[in-house]
Amino acid sequence: MSVLVYTENWDGKFKKLSFELVSYASGVAKMAGTSVTAVSIGKVDDTELKKLGNYGASKIVAVTNEKLSTLDNQAYASVISEIALKENSGVIIISNNNAGKAIAPRLSVRLKAGVGSGVSRLPLNLNPFTVYKRTYSGNAFAHLVIKSDIKILTLAQNSFDLAETPGNSCMIENFSLTVDEAHLKTVVKDVQKQTGKILLTDADIVVSGGRGMKSPDNWSPLTELASLLGAATACSRPVSDEGWRPHDEHTGQTGKIIAPNLYIAVGISGATQHLAGISSSKYIVAINTDKDAPIFEAAQYGIVGDAMKILPKLVEAVKAKK
Amino acid sequence: MKILVCISNVPDTTTKIKFAEGNASVDTAGIQWVINPWDELSLTRALELKDNPANGVNSVTVVHVGTAASEPTIRKALAIGADDAIRVNADSSDAFFVAAQIAEVVRKEQFDIIMCGIESSDYNGSLVGGMISEFLGIPSVSAVSDLKIENGQPLLTREIDGGKEVVSVSVPLVAIVQKGIAKEPRIAAMRGIMMARTKPVKLVEPMAVESLTQVVVFEKPAPRAACKYIDAENPAQLIDLLQNEAKVI
Repeated sequence: MSVLVYTENWDGKFKKLSFELVSYASGVAKMAGTSVTAVSIGKVDDTELKKLGNYGASKIVAVTNEKLSTLDNQAYASVISEIALKENSGVIIISNNNAGKAIAPRLSVRLKAGVGSGVSRLPLNLNPFTVYKRTYSGNAFAHLVIKSDIKILTLAQNSFDLAETPGNSCMIENFSLTVDEAHLKTVVKDVQKQTGKILLTDADIVVSGGRGMKSPDNWSPLTELASLLGAATACSRPVSDEGWRPHDEHTGQTGKIIAPNLYIAVGISGATQHLAGISSSKYIVAINTDKDAPIFEAAQYGIVGDAMKILPKLVEAVKAKK
Repeated sequence: MKILVCISNVPDTTTKIKFAEGNASVDTAGIQWVINPWDELSLTRALELKDNPANGVNSVTVVHVGTAASEPTIRKALAIGADDAIRVNADSSDAFFVAAQIAEVVRKEQFDIIMCGIESSDYNGSLVGGMISEFLGIPSVSAVSDLKIENGQPLLTREIDGGKEVVSVSVPLVAIVQKGIAKEPRIAAMRGIMMARTKPVKLVEPMAVESLTQVVVFEKPAPRAACKYIDAENPAQLIDLLQNEAKVI
């Protein structure tokens, strides 16, 4: 039995998310008294692959077939399940991000393996295998028992602390396989990518604006504060619906679900649907004119007042600290 | 072209969740049931595609796995504009069970595009769509924020980290859709509500499938510490607290 973890790469590089996954897998392996094997698909050099060893992977299976450069859910699930069987994996860990959500359910059917999705803690119990899982958009948590022999867990991003394992040795195995092109059915026609912007799902700090910002023209102190803090910017649903801010900034139940260390909600009242997207943040700051706004119930720090007056003062205060 | 839209029956998203049976289940008393928000957007997009004859969409069918108690939700989907519905008569015990049932429906009835919301607002699993595609051995595209039909072929925009990718995939396929797929959910008009009463709902008995997971107990999220208020005249104090107390900046 081993714990298998799928580590996605971005142009040949791993990021914090990858190391969180390996740290989590190591935690599970420790509970089960076994070791961690990481699977990487795509062109990643050995120096980068070895970084996974720092978080407890003892073996890395590297698949470098060029035909797998596009995420084809079917092909990826097939490769990972083949490796899982070869490695005799009892638990498979995948991120709960876009790629993970595409791959995990397909793996589940292939391996007849039950899935605990969006976990943020180590399993509560190994026998019966029980995980702690977010349900009802964060309004309830479930103890979910996975009854199948193989278990798949998808880990919520930013929810598990990195844990380095100094002195861990790790070997790399190149895994070659033939990919039948007839099976690759996803053809990419166009890619639009923003560069140089901190991704909302990766960010440690997020500054977010709501209807209380009053107009799309009022955003500059908010974006300035975000850039001073090295934060990503976000917004509430009404703001993206109005077209004040791009849709990919919408956080909330139907938008992005995030868990930064710090979430600063400016002029956001905190409707249930909004809280569903941000309630896993470690610290929430609320700035709102309405002292009864529900956001203050979710927040650890609050300022009751006008964002337009408060934001410039916060900008000055951060500048003064630098 | 035939489109199948998978719909889940969930508590209204503003519901305060309470538990029953020693916290082993959710107390359904007083809950207002609705179509899962992503499925509602998915249905809306399917109907928009059907509205334009150039797309060649002949029918939009909704499928649901649930007991008779979810009939009102199915009728609502028909009132919004679906042509017909299929209900697999079973309690939806877990994603694997539900996906296996829907895959069986697709095998029998043959659809070209199967649409699923990215998750349900109750179990937050993000599993059913991907599982259906694997049961059927057909492609799936996830995190889809736009779906068009060009020259009889689906063209999908999917979200990737920091951007978007436009992909083409042959039919049949499963499109797992998210925000952006339709602007606003379509609302049932009076005519639609009247017509929905006579639209066919086909009842299918479930196949025997073992569920792979089971919720044993629910609990409420841990309460957060009370909010510490900072004087609006002195916001700099907030920066101090974030730096020295919370240590997050």
